[in-house]
Amino acid sequence: MRSSIRALGTSLLALAVGLLLLAVGLHLAGYDAGAALAALWDGAFGSWRAFTGATLLRSVPLILIGLGFALALRGGALNIGAEGQFYAGAIAAAWVGVHAGGWAPWIALPSVALAGIVGGTMWMALPVVLKLRFGVLEVISTLLLNFVAEALVSWMVQGPMQEPSGIYPQSAPIVEAARLPMLPGTRLHLGFVAALIAASILTWIFARTWWGFRLRALGEGPRAAEVSGRVRGNRMIAVALLGSGALAGLAGAFEVSGVSYALYQNLSPGYGFTAIGVALLARLKPSAIVLTGIVFAALEAGAGAMQRDAGIPAVTVYVVEGVIILVLLLGDAAARRGLRRQVVATGAVDGIA
Amino acid sequence: MIDPMAVAADVLVAAVGIATPLALAATGETIAERSGVVNLGVEGAMLFGALGGAIGATAVGPVVGLGIGVLAGVLVAALFAAVAIGAGADQIITGTAVTLVSVGLTGTIYRQFYGPAGVGLSLPTLSPLPLPILSDTPLIGSALFAQPVTTYAAAALIPLTWYLLFRTRFGLALRAVGEDPPAARAAGVSVRMVRTWAVLLGGACAGLAGATLVLAQVGTFTERMTAGRGFIAIAIVVLGRWNPVGAGLAALLFGLATALQFALQAAGLKVPYQFFLMFPYLLTLLALAGAVGRVKAPAALGRNEY
Amino acid sequence: MLLSLSGISKSFGSVAALRGVDLVVRAGEVHAVLGENGAGKSTLMHIADGLLRPDAGTIAVDGVPVRFRSARDARRHGIGMVHQHSTAVPALSVMENIALAAGWPVAPGQLRRRTAELTARLALQLDPLQPASELSVALKQRLEVVKALASDARILLLDEPTTVLAPTEAEELFNFVREFARSGGAVVLITHKLDEALAAADQVTVLRHGVVALAAPRAEVAAESLTEAMIGGAISVAARPRPTGDGPVLIQCDGLEVKGESTPGLRSASFTIRGGELVAVAGVEGNGQRELLRAVAQLQRPFRGLLEVARPIAFVPEDRTTEGLIPALSLTENVVLGVGRIAPWIRGHRVRRVDWSAAGSRTTELLEEFDVRAKGPGAAAGSLSGGNQQKLLIARALERRPRVLVAENPTRGLDLQAAADVHARLRSAAAAGAAVLIYSNDLDEVLELGDRILVAANGVVVEAEAGAGRQRLGEMMLRSGRPDAQ
Repeated sequence: MRSSIRALGTSLLALAVGLLLLAVGLHLAGYDAGAALAALWDGAFGSWRAFTGATLLRSVPLILIGLGFALALRGGALNIGAEGQFYAGAIAAAWVGVHAGGWAPWIALPSVALAGIVGGTMWMALPVVLKLRFGVLEVISTLLLNFVAEALVSWMVQGPMQEPSGIYPQSAPIVEAARLPMLPGTRLHLGFVAALIAASILTWIFARTWWGFRLRALGEGPRAAEVSGRVRGNRMIAVALLGSGALAGLAGAFEVSGVSYALYQNLSPGYGFTAIGVALLARLKPSAIVLTGIVFAALEAGAGAMQRDAGIPAVTVYVVEGVIILVLLLGDAAARRGLRRQVVATGAVDGIA
Repeated sequence: MIDPMAVAADVLVAAVGIATPLALAATGETIAERSGVVNLGVEGAMLFGALGGAIGATAVGPVVGLGIGVLAGVLVAALFAAVAIGAGADQIITGTAVTLVSVGLTGTIYRQFYGPAGVGLSLPTLSPLPLPILSDTPLIGSALFAQPVTTYAAAALIPLTWYLLFRTRFGLALRAVGEDPPAARAAGVSVRMVRTWAVLLGGACAGLAGATLVLAQVGTFTERMTAGRGFIAIAIVVLGRWNPVGAGLAALLFGLATALQFALQAAGLKVPYQFFLMFPYLLTLLALAGAVGRVKAPAALGRNEY
Repeated sequence: MLLSLSGISKSFGSVAALRGVDLVVRAGEVHAVLGENGAGKSTLMHIADGLLRPDAGTIAVDGVPVRFRSARDARRHGIGMVHQHSTAVPALSVMENIALAAGWPVAPGQLRRRTAELTARLALQLDPLQPASELSVALKQRLEVVKALASDARILLLDEPTTVLAPTEAEELFNFVREFARSGGAVVLITHKLDEALAAADQVTVLRHGVVALAAPRAEVAAESLTEAMIGGAISVAARPRPTGDGPVLIQCDGLEVKGESTPGLRSASFTIRGGELVAVAGVEGNGQRELLRAVAQLQRPFRGLLEVARPIAFVPEDRTTEGLIPALSLTENVVLGVGRIAPWIRGHRVRRVDWSAAGSRTTELLEEFDVRAKGPGAAAGSLSGGNQQKLLIARALERRPRVLVAENPTRGLDLQAAADVHARLRSAAAAGAAVLIYSNDLDEVLELGDRILVAANGVVVEAEAGAGRQRLGEMMLRSGRPDAQ
């Protein structure tokens, strides 16, 4: 209990330090920091329209990808290639969506979502095989595949999937039936609800199921999980990584069928990396990821407004995100060192130290 | 009519040019990884090196640009070292965060210096420095001996790094730290100190690599212009089996794979250009699958407990 | 007076490991520091070696006060340390390891010559170019000694040096040590084995709970007074029921081969163990016993031969905090992990769920039953002392109601009372009808615990005849241990 309060404290501190540094940095650079932060707030929370149509809308991919990152990292694997899986899902979803002419929505919508899931999972399959068969670290392989995916999208929208006129680098629009309906009174699509459901399912898996517990054990102590818990580490990591890819692919599908209605280059403004901060700030807790996903989405939505209204480059927000992660790491390291001192002390008495 | 020899020479020149920043960054990262540290912040250090190079070159000249690039790389590496080594945080996540910060900061600073986005920036660059006689060698002459000074720097850095790692006391301590930190500590080596130095050296190399990209290759700075080259450098370290000579060769391989598109274009092959963008990454993955397993990474790589 | 430590105190957090300890070591003498696990011996040595800094007290070398900030400082003052476990870097060669420890230059030709000269002078042969990872356990320790003496140390500290050695290898080491002292050096021998102290030392200092309980020349003390000083009271040992030997066969292997990672692995084992028997395997580390136990525990696949083991099986690994427990998880979570899906708190069939409250209350009972000292079932496993961690591991293993119980070095690092408790639990598991198989690096433990004794040597496991003593087992461990003796 005490440790979770402490974790929450560190998370809030990280957020505060990130925003404070932003304000100080802007002030030093000669901007009106107050006006900038006001623009940020307005862009994110200023109106119901901004909150649902900008912040919550952007939170959907961040929550889904963040959940996937948490799923893999619970088991000790780092998926930093969500960007690539997102694009793979988007390509597959767009392809189905474009060719879903004449389908009923209740067939078209699940098909598009499923296509995204399959796309993201397949994109993760290669790193999984490389890890299990050849021992290639998933960190490197998922990262490299991001660049392949970006090139692939670029080819798709200028080649096989380009819109019929052949002028613009984008795909044909997906059919009406494949477009996610909006929640009443908003410009927020149904994918938000799906993200909430995904978060609750993962909460249940982590907190209650035997599988979820053993995944965490594997992440916390891989040798002990394998020797004392008889966990088949490789198999479990493979499932967690593939699930991670599936969630990123689903995020890609929702982006196509709920926001852009077509495949574009640069569909993701770096969701795959931002979501790492989302998951870490939430301590890999699915319910908290919903919250931190919204917080980071607010930052990014607000950054757009900041650029429009105060002339401050939107990329500045990456600094805030990075600083939040760094402060979190520092806080956790301090807490861990406290624990270790305790362990060393008892160990020394037993003649181990 | 295409002259195959001329095409081959062009491909080689391009390959060496592309390989140069990669070899520099990968050599630096080899030092860091031999000490047991994976620094994904290399991408950020390169980006800052590129920006530093651009600023230095506009303010004074390209050579000063190189110096500022190196300095910027060291600063980014120092940030990484403070969190990952000083506080003992997860190396991969720290590196990712440092890169995120670098992307944001370089973008913001760049706009501060050069105005809003879209302004094309043309920088004074390093001109090729042909070595007498050698540069007249057919085929390889212009590729190897008529390159900017940074290519020669990379060529010199590789054996120097090898010597540092395998023939000096510091190198021995560094390898011991990367293999078995408690044993190194028992021998009186300060694990944190050695790792910090290794990461800072790596940062200097990455900064130089970024400045090289701007001043010897592209001639301008754009946001996120390193486009994952820092991450490629990390893959190259693995391909090069944690040996600077291997890293140099792997960088050259990557350069050739990228430069091949010029030859194929010259040959009139109609292949979408995106395939050439993908090819080096896929080749690297393939090579990793073949390379890993047959050679062992430093045993303490990525681990912080000591 | 060569090395003198006076008034040394050191605390870790709220725990005082040393309180005002004095130790004086003179040139020409072998000085044994005796004490059971947890008495503060290792802490004292790490202070003398510069790895730890004392909270209070002074260190003097040749009468001159010194202050060590690192192991390097201590070495500069002529202090060389031989650690209990090898501190050689596995990936580096013998000569590189020596250069690292002694601060020698690295040029290969010169380094090789210098290493050859050193090993010849000390009469401790080693191949300079061999990677440390390829050395046998005994040669690794030889390398430790050479490293410690490479920078002309005059004071040699040895921390439990015989734990990993066979009896004759230990004897060779002591011969070297006595020779070193005779030529003017000083030796500090840290040990928890009374016999060793009596056999090798000129002076004896006994530590108990961080204070000096006794200090005297060897010639003036009797074994009994040393034991009393070490323990400070009698150990309660449960009476020992003898197995009847007519239980069902629960472990059977015939011509069993198991591949090892770097060692030869297990090349041949054929035996049966019945319910009610406690069988102990003796052997120098890396002779196939580890592979044997892990194959029996179904953690490693046999390469060839027959192996039949009754279920359920429970396994207690020797590495408590990497293979046994997950330090960051709670005691309940560690119990749930280890008992597995046969536990009563696992619910559901298609999707298995964990009833955490049921698991928590059962863990609370186990803590009580097995006398595990902890704040409660929610405490992190890493916050427990080694002895309590081991008790928890045993409790967890028995919670599986095993018919076969396998344990590696079950009392490593435990103090005498905790070790006696663990022994009692293992015996009562056997008495309750389980087949219990253990191995131990400590020959005395094997002799004390085993109803039957197996000896592992060079990958071959054979049974020792009933009543075989220390000497006989030592011969078996070494004789067939040489490849040419096969």
